[in-house]
Amino acid sequence: MSLWKLIVREMVHRKLNFLFSLLSVVIAVACLAGAWTLLQADERDTARLLAAKQREVEAAGAELQEAMRKITLGLGFNLLIVPQDQDLNELHLEGGLSSAMPEEYVNRLAHSKIVTVNHLLPSVVRRLTWPEQNIPIILQGTRGEVPILHADPKKPLLDAVPPGRIVLGYQIQQRLKLQPGEKVTLLGREFTVLKAHDERGTADDSTVWIHLAEAQELLGMKNLIHAILALECHCAGERLPAIRQEVMGILPGTQVIERGPPALARAEARSRAQENAVAALQLEVASRLQLRRQHERFAAVLVPVVFTGCLLWIGFLAFGNVRDRRAEIGILRAIGYRAGQIMTIFLGKAAILGLLGALLGYLLGAWGGAFWSAGAEDAPAAGWPGPDLGLMAVAAGAALLLAVFGSWIPALWAARQDPANVLQET
Amino acid sequence: MALLELTGIGKTYRTGRTGEVRALDGISLSLAPGEFTAVQGPSGCGKTTLLLISGGLLAPTQGRVLLDRQDPYALGADRRAAFRASRLGFVFQQFHLIPYLSVIDNVLAPALAAGNPDGRERAEELVAHFGLHSRRLHVPGELSTGERQRTALARALLNRPKLLLADEPTGNLDRENAGIVLRHLVEFARSGGAVLLVSHDEESVRHADRVVRLRRS
Ligand SMILES: Nc1ncnc2c1ncn2[C@@H]1O[C@H](COP(=O)(O)OP(=O)(O)O)[C@@H](O)[C@H]1O
Ligand SMILES: [Mg+2]
Repeated sequence: MSLWKLIVREMVHRKLNFLFSLLSVVIAVACLAGAWTLLQADERDTARLLAAKQREVEAAGAELQEAMRKITLGLGFNLLIVPQDQDLNELHLEGGLSSAMPEEYVNRLAHSKIVTVNHLLPSVVRRLTWPEQNIPIILQGTRGEVPILHADPKKPLLDAVPPGRIVLGYQIQQRLKLQPGEKVTLLGREFTVLKAHDERGTADDSTVWIHLAEAQELLGMKNLIHAILALECHCAGERLPAIRQEVMGILPGTQVIERGPPALARAEARSRAQENAVAALQLEVASRLQLRRQHERFAAVLVPVVFTGCLLWIGFLAFGNVRDRRAEIGILRAIGYRAGQIMTIFLGKAAILGLLGALLGYLLGAWGGAFWSAGAEDAPAAGWPGPDLGLMAVAAGAALLLAVFGSWIPALWAARQDPANVLQET
Repeated sequence: MALLELTGIGKTYRTGRTGEVRALDGISLSLAPGEFTAVQGPSGCGKTTLLLISGGLLAPTQGRVLLDRQDPYALGADRRAAFRASRLGFVFQQFHLIPYLSVIDNVLAPALAAGNPDGRERAEELVAHFGLHSRRLHVPGELSTGERQRTALARALLNRPKLLLADEPTGNLDRENAGIVLRHLVEFARSGGAVLLVSHDEESVRHADRVVRLRRS
């Protein structure tokens, strides 16, 4: 015989009282565990959803950058630096240039403190008839951009054409039907086709590109260039005259013209698309957070209300239990049980109630919460997250407190029963 | 040397509605070890009150109780409980068994109060002695009234008390079982224990060495 045996026997004897009390603890703990699990699932889903959106935005951003790079490569020359004596009519009417300046100019510009320009590309450009093919072309010789020494190393804007290779504009490719890797002769020199551009609807479609040094050689322009293309110039409208002055100060005998590319509009549109994606992401974040706050507020009200209800119910049942056991308490006290032992009997019962209720309530609540959140819309099956030790500890603590607090006053009442009174009555 | 010494005991119950009830007035009584004393009187004359006062469960409003040379009412509640557990046994008309414990566990229940280490052995002995061996795993609801009162007797004797207090122990029993219970009380007194039996019944007090008559006050 021990107090525990007495407690357990009594529980089995008065099953209904015990089961109703247990149910009460289970409901309270299940409510707590369920709310907790739901909120956890909320958080996980939110994090996952936002990560996915973030990746989308980043992908959109990368796509935009790549598009910008390509657009700028084709058309987005912001500044064109040519010799002062170059007749611009030649450029506009024929697409070619004839006045030359030293190739060294590009280095001088790169070494200068000019910060408004991101990329510098030296080039030679001539309009001629491809002798071997007998078609008019614009021949352009370029090399990779010249690094601007005082600025951060930039991602190369232009894929340089390697020596011995040739890149074809769309119209030329249509005429010649050349595939990458095939050989073709230009001005007596053999080149391998690197690639052909898609249609751009500009003079680019009638242009072929080769390496700068080879173009200089073929055109008899060693160490000379026709133009420097300055790309991604940070020169909005009214700043242009100042920059023009600055460039002409560094490179005497040159003129600077602006080429406003129509593709900029498209780039701006894409930039807006990215901004929209970012805005959508922020909206999503806000709405998820709001939903979460709503759930938290709901749980913050529901859980205490349920706990209070269950506390009262457990206390009510415990009072009934003590009333039913007054004769028993009386005789135990008469034969020498101390008041503390009577208290232990009732609180021990409460402890068993709490632990058993915590276990069942945890299982029910965590499973129910996981099940519920898996069913929620746009939350792909969260599933059973596995045992959560922290939650288990919280559930056990809360259930113990609930059961023991609920039974406390009835247990005190039991311990204070006067055995003489009880024995006189019965 | 008296085991129980009651001197000028009076008890007045104070109740809210009807005022005061004078249940006992000026009772003196002395009980030695090995003595079987019965208190006989009509219902309501204060027999149960006297028994509870003697058993350290109800403080008298007048007079003094000495039990085994100590005044139990001078002790704190826990020490008084331990005092009861080690020196007293109780038997009641209503048996007062724990309904969900088996016969053997009911008999063993006082061991938890007294910290009695050889409790189990003693309990088995008593159960056999009171002819309850075949019933030892049954709960009270499955027993006859005679078996129930024998279980209560066995429980009362577990901690080897010096004084056995019996309140109408035969009140719910037939003649035969009443006889068995009274013979056990006599047997306890013969073995050196003191018995205080209170009853309204002339028949059951015949077994006592001494009968004290109580009138309604
Ligand atoms: N707790 C109590 N409060 C008030 N009166 C009581 C109480 N207990 C007993 N009495 C009264 O005291 C008297 C003696 O009761 P009791 O000792 O039970 O007598 P008996 O056991 O001889 O029948 C009765 O009149 C009874 O009504
Ligand atoms: Mg009585």
